[in-house]
Amino acid sequence: MTPLFVTDAPVNALKAALPAHIEVRGVSKMFRVPGGEVVALKDINLSVGAGEFVCLLGPSGCGKSTLLNAIAGFAPPTAGTITVDGRAVKGPGPDRGMVFQEYALFPWMTVAQNIAFGLEIKGQGRAQINQRVAELLETLKLTDFRDRFPKDLSGGMRQRVAIARVLALDPPVLLMDEPFGALDSLTRRSLQDELLRIWAALGKTIIFVTHSIEESIYLADRIVVMTYRPGTIKADIQVSMAHPRDGAAPEFNALKKQLSGLVMEEQSRHEQAELKALTTD
Amino acid sequence: MKRNWVRAIEGLIVPIALLLFWQAVCSLGFVDPRKLPSPIAVGLRWAAYIAPEAPFDAAKDFAPTWIFSGEFFRDAMGSLWRVIAGFVVGAGLALPFGLAMGASDTMYRYLNPLLQVLRPIPPIAYIPLSILWFGLGNPPAIFLIALGAFFPVLINTIAGVRAVDSIYLRAARNLGASQMTIFRRVILPAATPYILSGVRIGIGTAFIVVIVAEMIAVNNGLGFRILEAREYFWSDKIIAGMFSIGFIGLAIDTLVNRLNAHLLRWHRGLDS
Repeated sequence: MTPLFVTDAPVNALKAALPAHIEVRGVSKMFRVPGGEVVALKDINLSVGAGEFVCLLGPSGCGKSTLLNAIAGFAPPTAGTITVDGRAVKGPGPDRGMVFQEYALFPWMTVAQNIAFGLEIKGQGRAQINQRVAELLETLKLTDFRDRFPKDLSGGMRQRVAIARVLALDPPVLLMDEPFGALDSLTRRSLQDELLRIWAALGKTIIFVTHSIEESIYLADRIVVMTYRPGTIKADIQVSMAHPRDGAAPEFNALKKQLSGLVMEEQSRHEQAELKALTTD
Repeated sequence: MKRNWVRAIEGLIVPIALLLFWQAVCSLGFVDPRKLPSPIAVGLRWAAYIAPEAPFDAAKDFAPTWIFSGEFFRDAMGSLWRVIAGFVVGAGLALPFGLAMGASDTMYRYLNPLLQVLRPIPPIAYIPLSILWFGLGNPPAIFLIALGAFFPVLINTIAGVRAVDSIYLRAARNLGASQMTIFRRVILPAATPYILSGVRIGIGTAFIVVIVAEMIAVNNGLGFRILEAREYFWSDKIIAGMFSIGFIGLAIDTLVNRLNAHLLRWHRGLDS
C-alpha cells in the first residue's frame, strides 16, 4: 500500500483538524413548485459523531441530497438548525469539503491547479502549496496526471482529483453527493477502497449520499434510510462489520435484504406518486 | 486521415478550374475586358500593386523594408491599423459591459431592452452620423469599426457569463472563494469560450466595416484603393484589391483561430 503522506508535515497538520461532530435539529425544507409546495425534508433530527462514516440512503426524491446541501450551506433549511462542532452553519465553507457526482472540476485548470485552488484562496505560500499538492497527487495516485486538463481524464481519475481538491484544505468533514454514481463498477470499487483508506488514515467525519444499498453497506458505520416525500428518517442502522467487508458474507447479505425491503417500500411510494401526478395532469 | 498536401490539392481543384474557365471566356473575347479583365491581367496588376514602386537603390534602400514598400503594403497596414484600433476600442468597451450585464440581473434588466434595439442596426447605418460627428479621416472610420466589434463581443460575453454552470460556483464557494475570486478565477475563465467566439465574429465584422469606412471617409487602405480604381476604370485593380481583402481576412481569421485554440486548449469541443 502506498504511504498516505510522503512527509510528516501534513500528518502533524492533521492533528489540528480533528473530525467534527454534526448536529441536525428539527430541519425542514420546503420548495415552491408550480401549483403548490413540496416538503423535501420534514423535521429531521440527526446526530453524526466525530469521525463517523454515515451513508444517507434512499430513492431519488427522498431529500438526501437536499439534506447534504443544507449541511454544506448551499441551501439553508426552511426551519431548524444545523451545527458543526457547535457552530451554526451559515453558508458554504472549507471546513466541510463537498464532493459532487459531476466532479465539478474547473476544466480550465490542470489537475495540480485544481488541487491548489483552495490553498491559494487560503493565501498559502507557493512552496507550501506545491508541497501539499505533491503529497495529495501521491496519495491519490495522480502524480503522472498533474499537468493534464480534466477533459483528458477518465471519470474515476476526475473524482480522485475532486477528492484531492477538498482534502487539500484538510476539512474535518467530507460531504459526498453520490460521488461514485457515474462510475463503472470496477472503478467504483477501487475509489471506495481509496476512500476507506483515506478515512482510516485521516479520520474525517463523512456523510455520503447514495442510492446503492451495496455501496452503503460496504462503506458506512451507520446507514440512515430516508423516506420519499416528505423526507424523514425511516431507519438508522449501525454496521459493525470489520473492513474490508465481504459482499458474500451472510451478515452482509442479511443487511442487504433488510435494507432492500426498507428502500423498496419508499421506491414504490415514489413510483405511485409519479403515476398519480401523471394521471391528475 | 489524408495527408495535408493531398487535402491542399483537393482544395485547389475548383478554384483552378474556375480560373481556367474565366481565362477562356476572356481569351475568346466573350466579354468586354474593361468590365471583366482576364485572370492574367488581374494577376499582373496585382503583382504591380504588391511590388515596390521604385527600383532598388543600394545606396539608400534597405532590402527588407524595400520589399514591403509597395502600395499594397501601405494600404494593408493602413486598413489593419484601423481594424486593430477600432476593435480595441469596441471590444474594450464591450467586455466590461458584457461582464457586468452577465453577472448582474439588475444591469441586465436595465440595459438589455436598449441593447436589443441597437443591436440590429448595422454599423453602416451610422455612416451619416459618424461623418457629422467626427468629420472625415480616421475618427469616423474607427468609430464605425468599434461599433461593428462592440456588439458581437458584448452579446457573447453576456451569454458566456450567464451560461456558467452553477456547479463551478458551488465548488468554488465550498473551497472558500470570495465573490471577487469567483468572478476572476471561475466566471471569467468559464466564459472565455463564448467571449473568444465573440472576438472572432467581432474581428470579422471590423474587417467588413473597415472596407466600407475607407470607401467614404479616408484616402488610403484597401477599401479606398478599390474605390479609387473604379474612378479610373481599372477593373483589374478592383479585382486584385478584392482578392487582397480575401487573403488578408483569411490570414486574420487563421491567426485568431490559432490564438483561440491555444487559449482554449482545456476546452472539450473546439470549432475551427
